Amino acid sequence: MAKKHVVAAASEIPPGGRKLVTADGRAIVVFNLGGEFFALSNRCPHRGGSLCEGSLTGLVLSDDPGHYDYTRRGEIIRCPWHSWEFDIRTGKSWCDPDRVKARRFGVSVEKGAKLIEGPYVAETFRVSVENDYVVVEA
Amino acid sequence: MTDVMTEVGAIDCDVHPSVPDVAALLPHLDTFWRDSVVERGLNSLDSNSYPLKSPLTSRPEWRNKSGLPAASAKEVGDQVFGRWQSGTAILNCLYGVQLLFSEDMAAAFCRALNDWVVKEWLDRDPRMRASIVIPMQNVEYAVDEIERCAKDRRFVQVLVLAMQEVPLGRRHFWPIYAACERHGLPLGIHAGSAYRNPVTSLGWPTWYIEDYAAQAPGFQSQMASLICEGVFAKHPGLKVVLIESGVTWLPGFLWRFGKFWRGLRTEVPWVDRAPWEIVRDHFRLTIQPFDAPDDPHAVERAIEHLRSDDILLYASDYPHWQFDGDAVIPAGFSPALRRKIAISNPLATYARLKEDAR
Repeated sequence: MAKKHVVAAASEIPPGGRKLVTADGRAIVVFNLGGEFFALSNRCPHRGGSLCEGSLTGLVLSDDPGHYDYTRRGEIIRCPWHSWEFDIRTGKSWCDPDRVKARRFGVSVEKGAKLIEGPYVAETFRVSVENDYVVVEA
Repeated sequence: MTDVMTEVGAIDCDVHPSVPDVAALLPHLDTFWRDSVVERGLNSLDSNSYPLKSPLTSRPEWRNKSGLPAASAKEVGDQVFGRWQSGTAILNCLYGVQLLFSEDMAAAFCRALNDWVVKEWLDRDPRMRASIVIPMQNVEYAVDEIERCAKDRRFVQVLVLAMQEVPLGRRHFWPIYAACERHGLPLGIHAGSAYRNPVTSLGWPTWYIEDYAAQAPGFQSQMASLICEGVFAKHPGLKVVLIESGVTWLPGFLWRFGKFWRGLRTEVPWVDRAPWEIVRDHFRLTIQPFDAPDDPHAVERAIEHLRSDDILLYASDYPHWQFDGDAVIPAGFSPALRRKIAISNPLATYARLKEDAR
């Protein structure tokens, strides 16, 4: 049964930002895409590279050689080791989406006041009533 | 002693008619070029790719008294249709027209060569088909030659060399591929070089053995070029036949190419599926040389690694010396696969073979 872990203050991960956190001993990278938070295992499913250290990019597709259809800027993370692309929203790789996926974790933003009531695990820092916090289910 | 490994009625996808000398082409050249050949003292356009006296160029018993192999439709027919009982032969004429520097001269010689093939071969034996040799020195001329020859339905393919001035995928060549697609003609890429570049990426090698062995990496680079430049995204109907390319390098190369595609595909976003899938849909390879040990189990394993029964085409590469005896198909092919590569795969590749030509 997944537990909810308070892993960061929401203000630490601004839109376009990411943070490597630990929850239940797992390395997890939390992304903020324009205010929406997503959490993936930091371990690339290919060879284990640290996704948090990869470059953030967009999705480039083409229906005609020489034309570059570049969308979803900032929503793709490329593993720093072999440059495989992962969709931050789904964890799926572009090259083999059904078989190669970064594990996803549930993530939400909760009010400090609610967190103090529990049943949350705040492993590394104090939670104050007036702030928002990122909560990962792991 | 080797096993007989042929198939009755097979479509032999790689047979090489020999041009005896330039004089044979004179009747097919216009008067300016005819006089030029004489005035310039041109007597041969044989290429370094196939030195006539090299053992590889022909088995000794297939040479005529003057040392020339495959010199007439009858000689070729006796071997391919007679002894091996094939039903159809696709003639790929290798003559040094691709090496010429003058675009005009190259175009004139291609026209002459194709007309000579019609007169001396196709008209003499209804079981023969041929590839259109084109002057890649000039794309417009190349397309013109395809248009001119494609009217004769006995031309079933367009023929280019594995090594040329620039990689084959480059976009200025695409009108040629559009013409291939329009006329239902696969692009045949045959071993050989126009010698515009060293035959290895390292520089010029010293020996013929290096030149010939270097053909396989040349084919690999052309395969990568055609895929990466997006030729198949633009021309989904185009088929490419690698001829005399060797076969067994393919799985290893595709493993490497596919692996790097995963990380580098954003450079070439029109390559929207794994290279292996594109190869399976668009590329075919002739089986001689196969490049595997004689052990049938080794051949079986090599075939398994290809992961497709569709991509191999029966070919003797006559008169080149790729095998001994009559072992056109290496031992290790199942009877069903032998039949498939001899008949149904060629028919699926060469649209025009399904027609009743003429």
